[in-house]
Amino acid sequence: MSSEARSSNEEPSSGSAPSSAAPVRGEKSLTARDLRVEFGLPGGRVARAVDGVDLDVAPGEIVALAGESGCGKTTLARTLLGLERSTGGTVAFGGEPLRYSTKALKAYRRQVQLVLQDPSGALNPRHTVYDAVAEGLRIHGITDDEPGRVADALSRAGLRPPEQFFLAYPHELSGGQRQRVVIAGALVLRPSILIADEPVASLDASVRGEILALLLRLKEEQGLGALVITHDLGLAWSIADRIAIMYLGRIVEQGPVEQVLTAPRHPYTRALVSVLPGAPALKEAVPEPIVLAGELPDASRIPGGCRFRPRCQEVAAGRAAEVLHRCESEDLEILGPESAPHLVACHLDRARREDARDGGARMAV
Amino acid sequence: MTDGSSTADGASTEAPSAGRSRPGGRVSSGFGRYLFKHVGGAAVSLLLVLFSSFFIFRLIAGDPIDQLTRERPVSPEERAAMRAELGLDQPMWQQFWDYITGTLTMDLGESFQYRRPIFDLIVERLPATLILSGTGMVLAVVLGFWIGTRAGWKQGTRFDKGHVATGLLLYSAPTFWLGMIIILVFARYLGLFPVNGMRSPSTPPDFWSQAADIGYHLVLPVLTYTAVVYAGYLMIMRSSLLDEIGSDYLTTARAKGLRDDEVRRKHAVPNALLPTVTLVFLALGGVVNGSIVTETVFSWPGLGSLFVQSIFYPDRPVLQALFVLFSSSTILAVLGAEILYWFIDPRIRRSG
Repeated sequence: MSSEARSSNEEPSSGSAPSSAAPVRGEKSLTARDLRVEFGLPGGRVARAVDGVDLDVAPGEIVALAGESGCGKTTLARTLLGLERSTGGTVAFGGEPLRYSTKALKAYRRQVQLVLQDPSGALNPRHTVYDAVAEGLRIHGITDDEPGRVADALSRAGLRPPEQFFLAYPHELSGGQRQRVVIAGALVLRPSILIADEPVASLDASVRGEILALLLRLKEEQGLGALVITHDLGLAWSIADRIAIMYLGRIVEQGPVEQVLTAPRHPYTRALVSVLPGAPALKEAVPEPIVLAGELPDASRIPGGCRFRPRCQEVAAGRAAEVLHRCESEDLEILGPESAPHLVACHLDRARREDARDGGARMAV
Repeated sequence: MTDGSSTADGASTEAPSAGRSRPGGRVSSGFGRYLFKHVGGAAVSLLLVLFSSFFIFRLIAGDPIDQLTRERPVSPEERAAMRAELGLDQPMWQQFWDYITGTLTMDLGESFQYRRPIFDLIVERLPATLILSGTGMVLAVVLGFWIGTRAGWKQGTRFDKGHVATGLLLYSAPTFWLGMIIILVFARYLGLFPVNGMRSPSTPPDFWSQAADIGYHLVLPVLTYTAVVYAGYLMIMRSSLLDEIGSDYLTTARAKGLRDDEVRRKHAVPNALLPTVTLVFLALGGVVNGSIVTETVFSWPGLGSLFVQSIFYPDRPVLQALFVLFSSSTILAVLGAEILYWFIDPRIRRSG
């Protein structure tokens, strides 16, 4: 990192003394504020793939980012990594906004690493395991004890004894082993944050558990922070501390994973939870399966007002009649990144909670 | 999978089997089998070429005595004498046997038109061909790959579109036509280069003067040859690179902090070059047959123009020998590519 620490508008919240187990916020956390990514499409239309996102990932916590395909979660991940330029808002690491100069990006990438979905594609087929893992070291000019560092990363990723794997090529490994090599390649730089885009989606069911256990172990033993992008709420449930539900470029519900999944409040989250196969703990909240109408709209045609309204089961069932004018015309604000409260971007939810509070107040009077 | 049993520590995964056997004997015996398979295949192809060359030119060339004696009245005795002299009075199987044993011992017989050993003719003309198509091929491959890489990496840009269009235009131009245009412009109108041949008779005999003279004569034929074929390499390299561009390992490398041009140089290009190895080796094999049309247009004294002369004559033994030579150089080049793949593509080592 560059020595001149730039003061940013965002005050790093490192002041709040973290308890021993709690994630360490501030110095090494990754933050996104009002992040926007727009793509120009042929015909002058603009796709708003990421449309105002606030998100925090701190070392020692796993944050799940969930949503259906096409909702912008992969674009968000690429933007957080600096692989895509944001068109608005900021990505910051340790409170310092990300700059896109070659040098600044390189320094940033020692701290924030990527793990992709398909380990077969993520490894160069002509490079040995050793080369694949050592690449990060070579890029960043870390030359002391290269074999030792590679061996250490491989064994931390669960490939032991690491020397056995040095000269193997990706095609000689199983899918799970390949994903461990990818993870080792990320770990070798000792990053604070890992961004994992569907890290187990292409793996056999039997291997998924292993890779997820590995992520949990890395979090607990080494204080690694991770943003795990997934469309699988069951996966989020089993490994994440916090979850953010993304719909059409924006986070619609965010909070601790137990609260969000056992008591989902946004109609979209409720629909996702309701169709989750075999998760009794989560089923109580939404017993009946809710099947959403229609397709995810085009990111170049985001509906005004509440972006979920055209597919909302509450609107369709007429339960939102009282707030419908707000759903149709009033944009929802961007959810803040605070992790403790359970935040929901929904007019209906807001109205109901106000009613409940008013009702409670009246009763108290 | 047996390594899924204890997921808690996540450390129970097996070492790869191939990793265990390295550097033991299994790998080398694998190479032995691989080599045997491909050398065997090449040997079969060579034999087929050898056999078919004998028959093909007997089918198409007619009676050589008629060709040799055209427009001259000849008595039957003379015909018989000529027949005996050329060995055509022998029974077919005897001719076939002589041809096979002769070819295998580098005794390729005698040319009808030159009345000289064909082996000497080939040795005499081979350097000219190697100079022309060797230079042309190296230029075409380097130029094609260089432009193809840049065009593919910046797909859809003006550079990409412009070069693809230019390359394809030249690629689809007939060689003889392009050659004549080039002669017209550079030799006739501008007078910059000689029209044809490989050297001027007036050049001093010392090495450097001769080399400079040949280089001077070489410019236009090489220009023609390169202009026509480089687009093939451009397109192959470009599409091969486009295949790699979407690959996740490029994203991984970028995310590790590798600069864009280094991602191209260290990851994308080496892997994109892999499928082009066959192509380059085919071109290497093709250097021997050279460019028949280019040699003819520029009266370049190589094997290509010898082949054309022999067709018109028709000089059956020469055609026969050149056919075998051209085909076997291609077969051997492909064999070379197959062997090289073993060393540059680790994936082949497993499948054999």
